[in-house]
Amino acid sequence: MDEILKLLEKDGRMTPTQIAQATGQDETEVQETIRKYEADGTILKYTALINEDQVPAQHVTAMIELKISPQQGQGYDRIAQRIYQYNEVESLYLMTGSYDLLVTMTAKTMKDAAQFVYEHLAAIDGVTATATHFVMKKYKEKNCVLAKAPEQEERLYFV
Amino acid sequence: MIDYGTVLSDSVKALEPSAIRKFFDILEDMEDAISLGIGEPDFVTPWHIRDAGIHSLEKGFTRYTGNAGLSRLRVEISKYLNRKFGIEYKYSDQIIVTVGGSEGIDLAIRALVNHGDEVIIPVPSFVCYGPITRLAGGVPVFVETKVENEFRLTAQELRDAITPKTKALVLPFPSNPTGAIMERADLEAIAEVLRDTNIMIISDEIYAELTYGDRHVSIANIPDMYARTVYIGGFSKSYAMTGWRMGYACGPADVIREMLKIHQYAVMSAPTTSQYSAIEAMSNGDADIENMRLEYDQRRRLLLSGLREIGLECFEPRGAFYVFPSIKSTGLSSVEFCEKFLLQEKIAVIPGSAFGEGGEGFVRICYASSLENIKIALERMQRFVDSL
Repeated sequence: MDEILKLLEKDGRMTPTQIAQATGQDETEVQETIRKYEADGTILKYTALINEDQVPAQHVTAMIELKISPQQGQGYDRIAQRIYQYNEVESLYLMTGSYDLLVTMTAKTMKDAAQFVYEHLAAIDGVTATATHFVMKKYKEKNCVLAKAPEQEERLYFV
Repeated sequence: MIDYGTVLSDSVKALEPSAIRKFFDILEDMEDAISLGIGEPDFVTPWHIRDAGIHSLEKGFTRYTGNAGLSRLRVEISKYLNRKFGIEYKYSDQIIVTVGGSEGIDLAIRALVNHGDEVIIPVPSFVCYGPITRLAGGVPVFVETKVENEFRLTAQELRDAITPKTKALVLPFPSNPTGAIMERADLEAIAEVLRDTNIMIISDEIYAELTYGDRHVSIANIPDMYARTVYIGGFSKSYAMTGWRMGYACGPADVIREMLKIHQYAVMSAPTTSQYSAIEAMSNGDADIENMRLEYDQRRRLLLSGLREIGLECFEPRGAFYVFPSIKSTGLSSVEFCEKFLLQEKIAVIPGSAFGEGGEGFVRICYASSLENIKIALERMQRFVDSL
């Protein structure tokens, strides 16, 4: 991956000036490259990674495996499209292995999530089976360890 | 009642604790300061390396190793030095595993120096060479490197410092605190001065993995220098393993044999757990080094251009993880600058004067800290310099 993308993936708030300084590239060039990435959809958006344990309004995350019988001539894409249109669906992947599609979603309660699965996902033509897994605890997300790492107690302060 | 003034060794009593004690006292008391002071990686040791240490404990490997260190580790060190820098050391009689690079420096100086022998030490540099030389009964001869030479040691400076009593030259490059490196041509010029002498070289190459641009060249690789070089290396800086205390000293078998005697009587063997982790580091850690180096390089560039924008003069450091800007334009001494900066803006950087002559008027900023911290430090540095 391009160095600019790597830096932005780690810290979306880096300014073109700082990126230019860190990579040793020309600032206008960096600006131009970022603009191009934004235009062609390489950079989709800039967000904050939130540790949900710190936020008062709790919700649940579910991962739902779906088995699909692909439709003639359409493969999985048509069904996938019908699934990802739902706002509740955060991500959707076509998988190898014992099931076909993996949905991740968040909901207010487990009941809400379950309801979404049986009312919407399971009801889609071509979905032959579902298995819903609820996340109990998140340890690491997007390369970020969520638990605050303990600091070593005593350290040298000058070397 | 014992009079400790008379029982303690004169040479130990004569050692200065630190030239900038007061600054450290302030630093110690300030808990929420961002420190760009500590010269150690902010990365935690890569997990596979830590895991190898844990695994060795699970297997019950808790006894001393042989004095020189595990032979498997010495084999890995030998392969590594050959792979990375093209130097050949036999694992059987040319390598000692030491307690950090620091012990290697101590062993080398003690094995070489007779009472009254002079040891040439380029400054500003890491603080241990002078005191260790004094404890060994030697006389440190400090040679001031110059900012106009990007703090490299020049042949002329070396020539001027040599006397009939010169026993050894310490060559600490890439440099802490300046970030200076010595390129092949610089080393060849030094070699030319030493070629027909009996002077030994103690080459402290602990930062060898951290150069930005061309790969580091060891003086041991310059014609005729191998036989007079004691090579000091370690795991602390390259693999983010400072707390493991793992280093190594390599050199001519005749010198290593004598150094091993001191090591054997002083520490027996380097820590066993650390040695097992070190084997893993050297056999499977090349990618870790490269990833960390690339990150340091980004931070280095960001910090350097930021400092220049603020208006602090700074040569481009191409090694280690330090930037060494001049603060002369502020009119403050380096201690004043660092104390004020710490009290006003809660960012710790180290006065250049802590590293010996030639360091006054400069501060050492360590960029082994997150890009986020460096960005904050630059903003506050700007505000601070503007306030002066």
